[in-house]
Amino acid sequence: MSVQFTFDGHPLTAQSGQTVGGALLAAGVRSWRTTRFQGRPRGLFCGIGVCFDCLVTVNGEPNVRACLAPIADGDVVTTQAGDGRG
Amino acid sequence: MVGAACAFHLARAGCSVTVVDRGAVAGGTSGAGEGNLLVSDKEPGPELDLALRSQELWRELDAQGLGEGFEYEAKGGLVVAFTAADLSALRTFAATQRDAGVLAEEVAAERLSEFEPHLAPGVAGGFWYPQDAQVMPALAAARLLRASGAEVRLGSTVTGLAVSGGAVRGVRTTRGEIPARYVVNAAGLWSGALAELAGSRLPMQPRRGFVLVTEPLPPLIRHKVYSAAYVSDVASSDAALQSSGVVEGTPSGPVLIGASRERVGLDRTPSYDALGRLAAQAAELFPFLERVAVQRYYCGFRPYLPDHLPAIGPDAHVAGLFHAAGHEGAGIGLAPATGEMIAALVAGEKTVVDAAPFRPERFYSEEAQP
Amino acid sequence: MTAVADTVAESAAGNRYDVAVIGAGPAGMAAAAAAAENGLHVALIEGGRQLGGQYFRHPAPGLNEPWASQLHHGWSRFETLATRVETSSRIDVLFEHQVWAVEAGFNILTDRGPIAAAHVVLATGSYERVVPFPGWDLPGVFTAGGAQALLKGNLVLPGRRVVVAGTGPLLLPVAASLSVAGAKVLGLFEANHIRGYAKHPLPLLKNPAKLLEGADFARQFLRARVPLRSGLMVVEAQGTDALEAVIVARPDGTHRRRIACDALAVGYGLAPQIDLALTLGCEHKLLTDGTVALRVDTNQRTSLPGCYAVGETAGIAGVESALVEGEIAGLAVAAGVAKSRNGSPAALRRRRDRLRAFADVLRARHPVPPAWRDHLAPDTLVCRCEEVPARAVAEAVEDLGATDARTVKLLTRAGMGWCQGRVCGYAVACLARRDPTEPPNPADLLAAAKRPLARPVPLGVLAEQDRRNK
Repeated sequence: MSVQFTFDGHPLTAQSGQTVGGALLAAGVRSWRTTRFQGRPRGLFCGIGVCFDCLVTVNGEPNVRACLAPIADGDVVTTQAGDGRG
Repeated sequence: MVGAACAFHLARAGCSVTVVDRGAVAGGTSGAGEGNLLVSDKEPGPELDLALRSQELWRELDAQGLGEGFEYEAKGGLVVAFTAADLSALRTFAATQRDAGVLAEEVAAERLSEFEPHLAPGVAGGFWYPQDAQVMPALAAARLLRASGAEVRLGSTVTGLAVSGGAVRGVRTTRGEIPARYVVNAAGLWSGALAELAGSRLPMQPRRGFVLVTEPLPPLIRHKVYSAAYVSDVASSDAALQSSGVVEGTPSGPVLIGASRERVGLDRTPSYDALGRLAAQAAELFPFLERVAVQRYYCGFRPYLPDHLPAIGPDAHVAGLFHAAGHEGAGIGLAPATGEMIAALVAGEKTVVDAAPFRPERFYSEEAQP
Repeated sequence: MTAVADTVAESAAGNRYDVAVIGAGPAGMAAAAAAAENGLHVALIEGGRQLGGQYFRHPAPGLNEPWASQLHHGWSRFETLATRVETSSRIDVLFEHQVWAVEAGFNILTDRGPIAAAHVVLATGSYERVVPFPGWDLPGVFTAGGAQALLKGNLVLPGRRVVVAGTGPLLLPVAASLSVAGAKVLGLFEANHIRGYAKHPLPLLKNPAKLLEGADFARQFLRARVPLRSGLMVVEAQGTDALEAVIVARPDGTHRRRIACDALAVGYGLAPQIDLALTLGCEHKLLTDGTVALRVDTNQRTSLPGCYAVGETAGIAGVESALVEGEIAGLAVAAGVAKSRNGSPAALRRRRDRLRAFADVLRARHPVPPAWRDHLAPDTLVCRCEEVPARAVAEAVEDLGATDARTVKLLTRAGMGWCQGRVCGYAVACLARRDPTEPPNPADLLAAAKRPLARPVPLGVLAEQDRRNK
């Protein structure tokens, strides 16, 4: 079953049961966060919730671990800049 | 931190200085503090005098360009009262502080949001203390020590003091003996044990404190903010858990909340009650923190003496031995003036702040001498 | 059918469980099943949403690919175990409960409130050890286990052209899975020379199942034509905003070779996740590979009465010993409650001992090559969270008087970020040594394994503790 979500405004499709990170990577997106100090891009690293590198903003909620959070239909996923609390 | 400040001031006064530590720089209480440079929490008296002098010295260090290296922030403190009764007590307290040289300005409830936009609604009022400031304590100790030019011997444990004819001749360490005309005991929690090695004593006790550290945040909290209840806690000697969390942002992002105060010896067992209390108090001040993640907490032991004043000055029995210890939770803030005082006393000069209340021998009158 | 409770209030109803098992991987599932089958009321507490842990990670229902079934070996073991757990009326499976601390007694503190239990079995598994190298923070660089998790859980590949590198037995199945799922695996680079196994034939010969499993992987490799090279490591990752290539070289930097790729799966072995136990005060032991594990007795008991540790928490040993240790602990807890003098069957314990001996050999054969330090550039990030470069760590050690990892952390913020040093802890422990030829200080390795909160906790959850007290 497929679910629709957006990433930085672009409509994307994922498979139900995937994580936010899995869905983004499957759609060809490799990074969805910029670091606090150097503004460098980051994406998945440890894949199991340990490293917190894949933090992303989902439906306005910052610091969601993309490797753990399941993607849901209608999710609005946005690149998280820095601490995500702007 | 106190040791680094003593080294800094002694070296500046022309002494050749060697600093000995059994661990690393800032390995004791300094590495487990918040870096509070507070005058707002002190009642008029010797400790406040020392704190005010320290604030001047911290500003001087900053003016010399050292401040950036240890995140010096002259951000000021905001003490808030939740009830009319607390506010009235705070007003009385602040009046006495002002007479002693503290800058304190009452802020009406409706103006508090200009200071802290995210403060909880319904606060009765508060006081603004522009002199309160903050440093990153471990960096402050390390940078000050480096700036002193002192020889630093880390990982060397003091095993004894060389004393002959009633005067100190040096210290013995696990890595050899260091001859010295003067020895400054700035061993914090272990200063009592070190005094004993010299055949003297300091009745040093630990007070445990936990500090909560949140995820990194943008500068949502601008000053050091705490509830007026803290003022009565600091002076208390009650053994039970007390806390009135000081909430403050840091240049690196995390908000620090602390510290709790418990007199439980050197027990490091986590107290989830203490952590919960700190969290609840922080949320009471800043409701947005409820949903913010706490990433870690740390536990430190603040060394204190029975009258809650540090011991600064010459030992009563061993000539050449000086003590600079027992600053409780205020060691970072009081360090520069302590170092300055020690340097003056070693040189036999007049001190800037009256040293008499800090004399280490004040505890001897109560009991038999060792 | 098991009651899968959504809330603590519903599941525990204020009562104390006989045993709380933390972690629903192979070891935790086995412990829960064995304890429940012997009459105990069990809470099986899991942060995620499925049984199986990392090893038996599997896609959510409805997700499928033709090759999905080939990602797992011995899947029937999981099915059998899952049936035992799911059909037990004495097990409450508590999914999505994040345990942030355990209080002695025991009170398991979760983000959904506390859970009381007379005994606790720690089955918290492991996380991957990595060391920094230039470019390791580029998107496209994954831990080996991370690449595997992405594949097993999402059926998504980390890239099309993948390099697998590092050291340890995990690299083989990772490369095999990637290959099975259609990635072009450009090479598996094992930093250590694997012919070293021959020096310790005995434990290997006593474990025919393990040997067969290895042979199975080897066959897959031949089929997929993945080049396997030993004595080589990735010394640099290149790319502007994402990975474009890696440089592979001998540890001494010779034989450099550039490989264009869009994903790197790199890992230097696993480290036990034991922060809950260390904060509780359980005794630990330092293993030869520099990891810290819990000290347990023959019945998996830690030094703390009532507290058991199974699987990777007692030292990285793989799924077979995790399954056996789970059974042993479950039976031992039950025997203790029944005041029976029999702990667990001797046959199980002997099997565990053989598997552990094999694991010890395996770990000793796969150390982190100390030369990783030589490849750092001054601006290489050591701590990814707080973006602390190698230069800052060197300044702390050489100029500012840091003689241990704690002081490096205090002076640089390395290890103070979101991951709390899980990723950089080992590297910082090494770099705290001014002399690079000295192995890391045991106290620093312990510090890297210890963290006061096992997970970040919303401040409101902590505050709730206080409100409950009132």
